[in-house]
Amino acid sequence: MIVSTQKLVFEYQTDEDKTVIALNGISIEIEKGSFVAVLGKNGSGKSTLAKNINALLLPSSGAVYVNGYNTKDEEFLWDIRQAAGMVFQNPDNQLVSAIAEDDVAFGPENLGIPSEEIRGRVDDALKSVGMYQYAKTSLNFLSGGQKQRIAIAGVLAMRPQCIIMDEPTAMLDPQGRKDVIEIAESLNREGITVILITHFMEEAARADRVIVMNDGNVVLDGAPRDVFSNIGVIKEAGLALPLSIEMAHRLRERGIEVPKGIISEEDFVKWVLS
Amino acid sequence: MGIIVKNLTHIYNEGLPYSHTALDDISFEIEPGEFIGIIGHTGSGKSTLLQHLNGLLKPNEGHIIVGDCDITAQGAVMKDIRRKVGFVFQYPEYQLFEETVKKDVSYGPLNLGMNEEEASLSAREAIELVGLDYDEIAQRSPFELSGGQKRRIAIAGVIAMEPEVLILDEPTAGLDPKSHNDILEIISTLHKSKGNITILVSHNMQDIADYCDKVIVMDKGKIAMYGTPGGVFSEREALEGMGLALPPVNELMRKLYECGVHVDKDILDIDEAEAAIYEILKGKKKI
Repeated sequence: MIVSTQKLVFEYQTDEDKTVIALNGISIEIEKGSFVAVLGKNGSGKSTLAKNINALLLPSSGAVYVNGYNTKDEEFLWDIRQAAGMVFQNPDNQLVSAIAEDDVAFGPENLGIPSEEIRGRVDDALKSVGMYQYAKTSLNFLSGGQKQRIAIAGVLAMRPQCIIMDEPTAMLDPQGRKDVIEIAESLNREGITVILITHFMEEAARADRVIVMNDGNVVLDGAPRDVFSNIGVIKEAGLALPLSIEMAHRLRERGIEVPKGIISEEDFVKWVLS
Repeated sequence: MGIIVKNLTHIYNEGLPYSHTALDDISFEIEPGEFIGIIGHTGSGKSTLLQHLNGLLKPNEGHIIVGDCDITAQGAVMKDIRRKVGFVFQYPEYQLFEETVKKDVSYGPLNLGMNEEEASLSAREAIELVGLDYDEIAQRSPFELSGGQKRRIAIAGVIAMEPEVLILDEPTAGLDPKSHNDILEIISTLHKSKGNITILVSHNMQDIADYCDKVIVMDKGKIAMYGTPGGVFSEREALEGMGLALPPVNELMRKLYECGVHVDKDILDIDEAEAAIYEILKGKKKI
């Protein structure tokens, strides 16, 4: 188990003195090596959950364990951050240097890693995201998608066991989005746990497991085919269905017998032809 | 009132080693009341073009005529341009700054010279148009609102200036599916009720197909295509060559067609797609 939350509650006060319960007793366990997508409308608590996993926020009650460490235990803060790296929506908020490779080296430098080793880690990380040829490039000359890949490389250079991506593709064009998702999938194949927070249903449909949040609660949790068959709950949560699942649902309503396992466009086309 | 763009050229850092032609002799016209979509890969020149349309950038060459006003002419008055052309930037909620929602939305109208009362009325109308309850929200701080509400208030701030041309750059980026649809419906309703020109820049091809009368495709600083969504999205290879994709519904219909299923491969709309697939299947897969 890389991440475990136990009755995690997170509350905060607004300036208008109202108490908001952003997370209302969440208990989830995330297995090492899995690819988990977290869905939910704006304000459902997804990002708050992500920040609790990375110890950027600490539970009001309950507990979060990352790689066995309790996030409240300050002594292990750096172990936690190193085990579970975070990629944010806007790479401009995450990049700190002027030159790509300096930025990627920033994390390992802060961990006190010897410089020879840092060189190797930076090169490996840049190669993993397909940005090695831009090592010496000024970040100003990179597109949003390229900057996001550098931000991911910066996390990879810390050699994390888990990467939490908080809407990493929201600001990117279709090509940038595709690149980032393919990188997430290839990292996952290499054994890194990926927690992907997204508003894009098609991205979630490719995960091993989908968690749907609404008003601070987990309302669905399971394999994509099972989660997306709860159409009422999905719509209630302010979400949509991936196109193939939506189409299958519409045809079922018209009395066509559509099998349950259709998730991707490929599945759908195959079924129509069968 | 229409828009005429004539031989527009913009070169960044002209004369320097980094010089880059972002717009290369572009000409097109937009008819009064049209809903126009602009698509293009990152770096195709979309943003540069938009920034010319409300006078944020001046062209190296060429003209833009909005209604009867040449906004690129020497001595064009910025205030007049901004009154005619409203611009909703990406992530517009980052621009909220006032203490209350009412003050924030009235800021534009007051700067355009409306008096307090007019600005107040304008703010009320705009806030209601974006689907929020004015009396409930007017005196609250914009920073206390949810992400979707902040986005609506930011859009209301532009609508309140009653622009004849409304430009929106990725107005739904980062929103959940429901808020995404809500914002597009608001834009569409506003367009129908005001009859203004609406220009929507988006990476979401389904939105472009669903809402726009015409689509401008930008590539390497030129207009690569300009036509109806049906016409533009029938050019799959050309679009893919420019790093663009088809709307998901159309992609699905084409895949089916290519696999030998007798459906109309040009369908863009999900209801039509559903009906077409149903027609094919009803004989063989009905329960």
